[in-house]
Amino acid sequence: MTVKAIINGIPIEVAEGTSILEAAKKVSIKIPALCKHPDLDHTAACGICIVRIKATGRTLRACCTPLENGMDIVTHDPEIVNVRRGIVEMIMSKHPNECVTCSRNQNCELQTMCADFNIERSDLDNIVPDLPLDETTRAVTLDPRKCISCGRCIQVCQKDQNVWALTFMERGIETRIAPAGDISLAESPCVKCGQCSAHCPTGAIVEYDEGPDVWQKLMDPELHCVVQIAPAVRVAIGEAFGFKPGTNLTGKIYAALRRMGFKAVFDTNFGADLTILEEGTEFVERFAHGKGELPLITSCCPAWVDFMEKYSAPCRRPTTPRRSRPTPRRSTWSRSCRARPKSMRSSATTT
Amino acid sequence: MPKFTPADLDAHKAKLLAATAKKAIIKVGLNTCGDAAGAQPVMAAIKEEVAKAGLDAQIVKTGCSGMCALEPLVEVSVGGAAPTQYGRVTVEAAREIVEKHVKGGRVVEAFKVPSVGEMSSEKPVPGKQYRIVLRNCGVIDPESLDEYIARDGYQATKQALTAMTPEQVISELETSGLRGRGGAGFPTFMKWKLTRASRPGEQKYIICNGDEGDPGAYMDRSVLEGDPHAVIEGMIIGGWVIGASQGIFYIRAEYPLAIERIEKAIKQARANGLLGKNILGTGFDFDCEIRLGAGAFVCGEETALIASIEGLRGTPRPRPPYPAQKGLWDQPSMVNNVETLANIAQIVLRGGAWFGAIGVGRSKGTKVFAVTGKVKVSGLIEIPMGTTLRQVVMDICGGTSSGKPIKAVQTGGPSGGLIPENLLDTPITYEDLGKLGSIMGSGGMIVMDESDNTVELSRFYLDFSVDESCGKCAPCRIGGTQMLRTIDKIVARKGTAADIAKIRRIALTMQRGSLCALGQTTPNPVLSALRYFESEWTERLVPATKK
Ligand SMILES: Cc1cc2nc3c(=O)[nH]c(=O)nc-3n(C[C@H](O)[C@H](O)[C@H](O)COP(=O)(O)O)c2cc1C
Ligand code: SF4
Ligand code: SF4
Ligand code: FES
Repeated sequence: MTVKAIINGIPIEVAEGTSILEAAKKVSIKIPALCKHPDLDHTAACGICIVRIKATGRTLRACCTPLENGMDIVTHDPEIVNVRRGIVEMIMSKHPNECVTCSRNQNCELQTMCADFNIERSDLDNIVPDLPLDETTRAVTLDPRKCISCGRCIQVCQKDQNVWALTFMERGIETRIAPAGDISLAESPCVKCGQCSAHCPTGAIVEYDEGPDVWQKLMDPELHCVVQIAPAVRVAIGEAFGFKPGTNLTGKIYAALRRMGFKAVFDTNFGADLTILEEGTEFVERFAHGKGELPLITSCCPAWVDFMEKYSAPCRRPTTPRRSRPTPRRSTWSRSCRARPKSMRSSATTT
Repeated sequence: MPKFTPADLDAHKAKLLAATAKKAIIKVGLNTCGDAAGAQPVMAAIKEEVAKAGLDAQIVKTGCSGMCALEPLVEVSVGGAAPTQYGRVTVEAAREIVEKHVKGGRVVEAFKVPSVGEMSSEKPVPGKQYRIVLRNCGVIDPESLDEYIARDGYQATKQALTAMTPEQVISELETSGLRGRGGAGFPTFMKWKLTRASRPGEQKYIICNGDEGDPGAYMDRSVLEGDPHAVIEGMIIGGWVIGASQGIFYIRAEYPLAIERIEKAIKQARANGLLGKNILGTGFDFDCEIRLGAGAFVCGEETALIASIEGLRGTPRPRPPYPAQKGLWDQPSMVNNVETLANIAQIVLRGGAWFGAIGVGRSKGTKVFAVTGKVKVSGLIEIPMGTTLRQVVMDICGGTSSGKPIKAVQTGGPSGGLIPENLLDTPITYEDLGKLGSIMGSGGMIVMDESDNTVELSRFYLDFSVDESCGKCAPCRIGGTQMLRTIDKIVARKGTAADIAKIRRIALTMQRGSLCALGQTTPNPVLSALRYFESEWTERLVPATKK
């Protein structure tokens, strides 16, 4: 079934259930949208995507309203643009002006939106709340001050990942993102999958940055620092340095890491091989010799293991192998290079 | 008691009507308002005196008759004579009334007040009260099923289930012109028709919206407390028409007496075969349960209400899909307001045409208002649509309490607006109030006299809405706070003309960009105060040059 409608005077026919936002894209009309993430269901939170129904003059949200037969829609007029601009200004009045020190700088959807609407200053009061950082997981950093309440992270955390670690607390202007129950993220059921940070439009949830810590360790003459890189990094890193996408940079990465001060560079492949050997041995022990339970389920992803252990009662410890992470073993390496195990520091890069 | 069949119901009613009445009937208003005014000790004193003197008197506790300012209210009727209404009755006064009136047959003039009967008319005429929704409030004991049955109770259920088709009920509703009393004024027949047509045969729900969060409004509470069976009848008929087997009363937790009375009424109805399996022997299965409101104004919004019942955060979601398509637990659902439901039985019994003849234009029937502020007689009133605001304030509520001229009337609570004195001849209809920048709303009405200040009143409402914003969408969450800060600046006499422009800009963004009606209507009180009383704002401004 399809529906026929008109957007900005252009006749259009789309599959039933297509949102006005998606329908407009098909005829190359960009309706600005902030809270809607292309991969996620709508949250209808920002209101920036409003469009007007010509017949009634009413405005409605394009991201969550399906196009209906006979609709005649205007996506841009002076009032709509002013309202959109007004909303971005409002969001900015509650958002810290810390772009230069934010890890999402140049890669922030709110920043882009400000630029699109030429928002340089505003006469609205600055009402940025004073809320503490949560770095307890050392996996993701939660800075609730920067949150624009788009609701994406909650949606992925609750509906897609089924973890239910994140929620909104309070209401109205006090609304803030927090682990459910207002505990720390480390105490929460968070499995550190990073889906929240991957979908956050701003710097409110970002991956925990270990860079400063690594540099400190590298500069400490007492320490012996080693590093390993994950297979995907070899290629993925290229684009950030202007190489053609797909260029293999293994050699350059090794050289760069050595110049930074790492004493040894491992390839995660090596750790993965060791892991597979160990897992294989464990499986043989369990399967052939009846030592331990079956099935044996394994994954290199620590979030997956965490999730299984927290949420899947029958999959407690015995089902996940004793060792499922391909990180090099401190004791093994320290024996072969004669470094004191206590002085060893190991870093890992992943994508 | 046995489960009623249609014939039993009629026989029982006839028996109740034939029963010889006691010599005297004494009614004491015991709703939340009566209780707060001290009606419990008055009731105790009356019982004591009647017992002491060995009088043949029936003592009845009733719901609220509406004259809340005159509570505690006691009504006495002796030997079938027209009842006398006593107001502001103290324990001593109560003893005197029993002694002189119940025993001696002489009216105690000192405590006499006009009765609701005297203030309302038999026929609907503008300027007088006319009672459909409140017909039993203050008249019967809300905890007595018999008293309800004696006043035509459950006759409409019998009529619909045994002698009508659902389509006929919908058609009567269409003729009646009844529109939702919860605020939006959506035609009720249309909602019933759409929900009936949606996914036939599947599990459906009918929900009674008793969340009533407007400050100053208590129409729905009074109906739930004063005539619970009438609302249950509306639910049964609605459930039958749309094909629901389950009804849910969503009542705010701050209404313990309403919850208690509905709970009792549900049990009574169940015990008598009026709820549960095979209602009145017709084969229709329908039952009701109660859910307590989560204590937020926004939970009165139907999609937030549904989320709240599901145990989620009570925040609105976009419509479509409408509850009729995808409501509670994703099933077709219908949310109706308490007052809307309380009209149903009467429309079924007396016909859509009877109801449609009351009121004007597209606003039919009556509307209940809770009138407060600077009026002589504040309280609950029910008037035919089309009555003017001036008639309400001057004729029904006796003018201002201060004797000062009226300045304005606020309708629609935090979502509505101010209507100035020179426009008080406006008839109360959805359309006319809308044209003036206000709304009918659910029935709050505040009267202001010349000593009141519109900047402060609109600030009060704005503060309420800002506090109650669920925080889901940016325009309402942030816009409301920014507007409040700007008004505070003006109140502190630090604002300039630019701040007025800023208020208007924020208002537009909230009206167009907010997800639900809370955010969309939050600016209304401020905008109407600016529209009709601009000088009260400009006189507080700092001249731009002095900045
Ligand atoms: C913020 C907000 C609060 C509301 N509160 C109530 C309420 O307390 N009671 C009510 O019946 N309707 C309330 N409504 C309206 C409901 O969403 C819904 O329209 C109504 O219950 C439908 O019933 P009706 O058609 O009988 O009016 C509210 C709406 C909004 C936006
Ligand atoms: S933390 Fe990020 S993704 Fe989550 S609600 Fe806030 S802005 Fe949106
Ligand atoms: S308008 Fe206000 S109350 Fe309604 S969804 Fe948005 S934030 Fe919540
Ligand atoms: S993008 Fe549609 S409401 Fe935010």
